[in-house]
Amino acid sequence: MSVETPILIIVIPLISAVLTPLMGLWKKVLSYICAITALSLCTLASVNTLYRVLTDGSIHYRLGSWPPPFGIELVVDHLNGMMLVIVSVISLSVAVYSYRSIEQELPGKAVYFYTLYLLQVTGFLGILITGDLFNLYVFLEIASLAGYALIAVGEDGAPVACFRYIVMGTIGACFYLLGVGYIYISTGSLNMADVHLLIQKLYDTKVIATAIAFILTGLAVKMALFPLHVWLPDAYTKAPSATSALIAPLMTKVSIYVMIRILFSVFEISLFVEVFPLTKIMVWAGIAAICGGAVMALAQTDFKRMLCYILVAEVGYMVGGLGLANAVAIRGAILHILNDAVMTAGLFTVAGIIMHKIKSRRLADFEGLFKRMPFTMSAFVVCALSMIGVPPTCGFFSKWYLIQGAILAGEWPFVAALLGSSLINVILFFRIIEIGFVFKSSMQGHPHDKERMDKIDEAPLSMLIPTVGIATAIILIGFYNQAIVKHIIDFALPKF
Amino acid sequence: MFEFLLRHYNYWMFIGLMMIGFYAMMAKKNLIKKIIGMNIFQSAIILFFISTSVKGGGVSVPILQYAHKGAKAGIVDVMQYANPLPHVLMLTAIVVMVATLGVALAVAIMIYRRYDTLEEDEIRLRRKRGS
Repeated sequence: MSVETPILIIVIPLISAVLTPLMGLWKKVLSYICAITALSLCTLASVNTLYRVLTDGSIHYRLGSWPPPFGIELVVDHLNGMMLVIVSVISLSVAVYSYRSIEQELPGKAVYFYTLYLLQVTGFLGILITGDLFNLYVFLEIASLAGYALIAVGEDGAPVACFRYIVMGTIGACFYLLGVGYIYISTGSLNMADVHLLIQKLYDTKVIATAIAFILTGLAVKMALFPLHVWLPDAYTKAPSATSALIAPLMTKVSIYVMIRILFSVFEISLFVEVFPLTKIMVWAGIAAICGGAVMALAQTDFKRMLCYILVAEVGYMVGGLGLANAVAIRGAILHILNDAVMTAGLFTVAGIIMHKIKSRRLADFEGLFKRMPFTMSAFVVCALSMIGVPPTCGFFSKWYLIQGAILAGEWPFVAALLGSSLINVILFFRIIEIGFVFKSSMQGHPHDKERMDKIDEAPLSMLIPTVGIATAIILIGFYNQAIVKHIIDFALPKF
Repeated sequence: MFEFLLRHYNYWMFIGLMMIGFYAMMAKKNLIKKIIGMNIFQSAIILFFISTSVKGGGVSVPILQYAHKGAKAGIVDVMQYANPLPHVLMLTAIVVMVATLGVALAVAIMIYRRYDTLEEDEIRLRRKRGS
């Protein structure tokens, strides 16, 4: 049984995505139960797979028993084993969390929401687990299409934001496909491990340069790297709270995972250091993203929109970290994928709870929230501290590695950008904490306001438990970061 | 030079089509025209993949009827057949593109119901006015 776990990770959510609407026809709440059950099983399967990878090394699963270069192969190594656990655990906690929020924001649409939700998770997990370049494109589009639909059902203005996302996302996916086409023409293979062997003789040809350019530009659109990020803030702000809590932490991280795969597993890192000046470009793109994201975040008055711009800056951390191209920085970038997924999930779930309770995302409306909902806001403080990079939380350690790596590579502008954006995060989050603690005098003046405020209390348990769980995870990852780095990430580093 | 252009005419056509689609996606103000541009863009990539499967003159579709002259039964001379893999890949890609088209059109309908127009400028105006 346990030999089959890699394929179960994709099959369970896919089959349940078909079952969910059928169950939902009979009884609405069953669709929720079906989604939770499926994602729990999926989490078990991913944890089991990661455990097997940690004990026995990489797993190669042949679909239909076809040998690798001809058939599609599922490959799980330390890197995507870790990613699978991240994605399945976060999607499970957001699914638990989503029930009350969906009830309020999308009344009567819960069945369709969970169907799309499961398809979205299938797409993410498929991207992570596949060992085939074309198969990856298909899963990328499954994830994107489900994401478009989930975003479009959001508040007023969501369809317009979503349309822009569709156009840009399609260009991104098509560029990726075109790049894969060039690789296929020059090597005749689509299996990543096979391409890796065949492509080494072709490193200085123009076809490979074109393929890399297309693939990385396509992925940059999908991951919202700075100049190509324009679709992200609108789409994620207007989406329903539960959708953005799922997509915002995971879609960007999964795209960055694909970038790592392409750079280090399909090609070799030496290629980018010696033949193309790509690493340099990535570092500068990272710096631009960090500065652009942080400055734009300062200008926002809408909580979710601010988080979106912080997300844009975080993408810059990881891309820049990969571009530094030394072991310390790449270790930091991979650790930051884990940390950022957890932190962003925490912040967006908090945003969803606040939206659920006070029906507003304006920072100015956050007055007195600490008194009203102490647990939610403590979770928020933990996420915020981690985003800033305060030691016991996990955010500190990945930033520490990134800064060490940048100093090692002599990229001082990147160090400056990292520190600068951390300082801006301090301003951003302490502004919110301040508003949350302070009761303005307006409270006394307007009995209507006071009445409204009195109704606000702690979030329902189904929303609170996942949020507090994520906040706890942030601290635990911080404490056990050495173990994670030693047992998982060090095996995922490319060979230099 | 002319011969070079002529020999690779399939690639020039693919590039031309792709640029037409790209232009329509960026420059056209009407959402449906954008969607059409998106479709042209995707079709160009399909044609690109298909045209790579051809191997010079005289190759046929990969359907085996009998073994070749002089060959033992069951052994295939790959040079006599077009590469079937790009076709198979593109069947999958077509499915993906149909789904994208469907989602894009559905979103366009949502926009039309909300703003009563599909012109980008109009939508922006109406959003600004808050109606």
